[in-house]
Amino acid sequence: MKYCNVTIDGVKINVPDDMMILDAAKQAGIIVPTLCHLKGISATGACRVCIVETGGGKVQTACSFPVAEGMMVKTNTPKIREMRKTILEMIIANHNAECTTCVRSQSCELQSLAMIYGIEDSHFKKKFNQEPVDMSSATIVRDQSKCILCGRCVSVCNGVQNIGALGFIGRSIDMHVGLAYEHQLSESTCINCGQCIVNCPVGALKERDYLSEVQLALDDPTFTVVVQTAPAVRAALGEVFGLPMGTPVTGKMVASLKRLGFDYVFDTDFAADVCIMEEGTELLNRIRAGAHLPMITSCSPGWVKYAETFYPELLPHMSSCKSPQNMMGALLKSHFAEIKGIDPAKMIVVSVMPCTAKKFEVERQELEVDGIRDVDFSITTRELGRLIKKAGIDFKYLNDEKFDDFYGDSTGSAVIFGATGGVMEAALRTVADIINGNDLKEIEYTVVRGIQGVKEAKVQVTPDFTAKIAVAHGGKNMHYVMDKLAKGELSDYHFIELMACPGGCVNGGGQPIVDAKAKMHIDLRVERAKALYHEDSNILHYRKSHHNPSVMKLYETYLDAPNSHKAHHLLHTSYQRRD
Amino acid sequence: MKFITANFDQYDGKDIQAYIGLDGFSGLKKAIEMGPLATIEEVKESGLQGRGGAEYPTGRKIEQARIEKAERKFVICNADEGEPGTFKDRELIKKDIYQLIEGMIIVAYCANANEGVIYCREEYDWMHEHICTSILKCKEMGYLGINILDTGFSFEISLFSGAGSYVCGEGFAMCESMEGKSGRPRSKPPYVKQEGYLNYPTLVINVETLSAITAIMKFGTSNFTDLGTPDCPGTKVISISGKVNKPGVYEVPFGKTLEEIIALAEGVKGDKRIGFVQIGGASGGILPESALKTQFTYRELKSKQVSVGSGAIVVADEDDNILDYLENVGQFFIHESCGKCVPCREGNRQLEILLGKFKHKTATIDDVKMYKDILDMMSEASLCGSGRTEPVPFKTAFTYFEDAFALGGSHEIL
Repeated sequence: MKYCNVTIDGVKINVPDDMMILDAAKQAGIIVPTLCHLKGISATGACRVCIVETGGGKVQTACSFPVAEGMMVKTNTPKIREMRKTILEMIIANHNAECTTCVRSQSCELQSLAMIYGIEDSHFKKKFNQEPVDMSSATIVRDQSKCILCGRCVSVCNGVQNIGALGFIGRSIDMHVGLAYEHQLSESTCINCGQCIVNCPVGALKERDYLSEVQLALDDPTFTVVVQTAPAVRAALGEVFGLPMGTPVTGKMVASLKRLGFDYVFDTDFAADVCIMEEGTELLNRIRAGAHLPMITSCSPGWVKYAETFYPELLPHMSSCKSPQNMMGALLKSHFAEIKGIDPAKMIVVSVMPCTAKKFEVERQELEVDGIRDVDFSITTRELGRLIKKAGIDFKYLNDEKFDDFYGDSTGSAVIFGATGGVMEAALRTVADIINGNDLKEIEYTVVRGIQGVKEAKVQVTPDFTAKIAVAHGGKNMHYVMDKLAKGELSDYHFIELMACPGGCVNGGGQPIVDAKAKMHIDLRVERAKALYHEDSNILHYRKSHHNPSVMKLYETYLDAPNSHKAHHLLHTSYQRRD
Repeated sequence: MKFITANFDQYDGKDIQAYIGLDGFSGLKKAIEMGPLATIEEVKESGLQGRGGAEYPTGRKIEQARIEKAERKFVICNADEGEPGTFKDRELIKKDIYQLIEGMIIVAYCANANEGVIYCREEYDWMHEHICTSILKCKEMGYLGINILDTGFSFEISLFSGAGSYVCGEGFAMCESMEGKSGRPRSKPPYVKQEGYLNYPTLVINVETLSAITAIMKFGTSNFTDLGTPDCPGTKVISISGKVNKPGVYEVPFGKTLEEIIALAEGVKGDKRIGFVQIGGASGGILPESALKTQFTYRELKSKQVSVGSGAIVVADEDDNILDYLENVGQFFIHESCGKCVPCREGNRQLEILLGKFKHKTATIDDVKMYKDILDMMSEASLCGSGRTEPVPFKTAFTYFEDAFALGGSHEIL
């Protein structure tokens, strides 16, 4: 790699010659403002707020223009300041700035730039998109009046997720982000992953909010309201309250849920352990029968809709297991309700998920058990943050509390479900023990950890059985794996884990918003996963799902055995073509 | 004056034998005889600059294309003639398409490119068959295809029709359009010459420029440079339209005055005086009658904040209102902006509102500042060349017709 000498605002630096001015400026201690830029994902040069002077009065966009030997960059001249201000004023004129009521107030990148540049009021005449808000989807709400046409959602939906649901339609002042044939979101190929939301700089995309429904349930004494929280939530909820990324806040989260008035607070991790029992058994059965291999995980509802939409012919490869969210719901409304003597019709199950697709999942009819929904409302980590704030709970100063002990402990296997490779690792821990008939000490399958897009490995389970496995996360990588499977190139594989969001659930579409500037320097997929692996190796007593005494008890007293008739009735499902 | 248009009306524009009878393909043969490097030098020597409007030195452009190494390399003839008031490429295709094809072959030979595309504007669909038939005839005669004239060099040309978007005349937008995407320019770098169509090196070159290369090779560089002025040699094919008696396409040597050129179109209709002229297309500058003694050369026009552009001259008479005219130009840009970058999309939208205020004499000092801010920001911060040149008519009109931009309330002139 060649290096070159560049001067940025008088600071001399030596940087690789393929580096963009934006990154070089950062090295010189200068933050150039951006809106459309997303590190590694989008450098379309559409918003133009990152303009800088590159010598001879030439103006270039720092995000897309590389440095060169001897370049003299000026990022803060009167000309640049004036032009950036004009650009920002024009963007604001095209933006429905409902800042006081907008869900993205204080996490809005446009609002933050407007404050930095001292824009008091846009001189330009307000003219923004008047299209009605698209409320068609159970998961994502699109408000085009707030869209600033930066294209980040389009880049993520196409480039990262490989879905191509969102795209630009029309040109000039009629250009807008939309679905093919101007359809509504619910009629599109959208897999509900919500990556568009967490990458939107403004409030044009947000989750479908179910907080008023949840609040109504909490306020109604005739209902028993039960809440469950997914593993990845505890790894990120702290960010909403200003705690450093990767701070595990399990105890404070439980404490606040109890204060909010939930009658019971459970950990979805328990169901994740059950899921491993069911899925592991299913896998062993398939290996013995030699049928429908490789088996593919089914806990990511974004992935499930992806499979139904793009690879319906390969649906037999899907595990029939419901996701932990729905297994938990099904158990709460059957097993738990029976023992506690609660009428399932009078029980409301709320789930807190790092995910927007879970909202779609809870509405799937095929998941219902005897006409009863497993989960009534699924809310995101962000929504829980708002609920806690609204209740005036001083989150940071809460003492840790514990999940209700009805379902007892959960395991390290369950908590790592939240990171890519986690389900695979948890399954390997259990399957290897079952096949070998003993308690293996080597349980950290680091080969499936980390954020590499596609991880493939051969794991020697017994002297004569080597499992071939693959793990992929994010739409593009899922596509890569599924394409190979469709071509018959993975027929000797046994098990594949696929997660719709890059990095797995820790980076789910329901997680707290992290702005593009911060994402330039930290990889939140890595930082948040650290909190989960920390719980696995340092905090939780049991690290294998089949060691969970409550899970064992559940099978002994209620479900009989994994994949039993009853387990199938409650915990398994089917899929439908959506092509 | 006939140099590039020498063959006009000498044959029916369709008969390849007739074209050959007019010394057709002698330019190509000469290029082959001289070899690519000497031919590139010849084009450089001629001083030829891009005739589509970008004015980039053609010889250097071909040389840069030659240097690029890749599995595939494309020469795209830009026949997306969408600049309002410009119709000279239409005539060059209609009346002498073989000269154009010959130019493409010469350029491809020099640039070592094996694939060519004529990107023709959708509105010229009535010429599409003519273009395809002519390509096939060239192939039958061995001027296209494998091992052209025993050189070992192979070159094929196909036709691609645009879908009616003005911005697709921009190199990257054109590549996107050909790839089946919406026609929106990409960020540079990399440049079209490095990663253009299908991300392969691509040389995009205008119809007139290609035609001129053939003529230069055929008649000799010195015969071309003898025309025009020492600092601006050669000829330009000009489209004259508007309030003139005989609108049409005229080839003129550089250095004529605007007045002399407009006289070719036999003066203004109804014996009126000229009000103003716009030169070079919709994003060209607007000059008042008093500037018509200006010589038509790159340098002289530049001194008046105007450029040659596509070589269009639109003539307005003394009764035409400059603000009405600007409003029309503005609406064209609002219709044609691709919408990708903020300066062009939002700038044009706000300009229209401000022009309305000037027209109704309700503009304030603040509006004038916004008008200027928008234009400065558009010309420096837009993503593509189109956005960067759109302010020119608005800026020049502001310079030369200050009365029209009077503030509201009083008739105070800025």
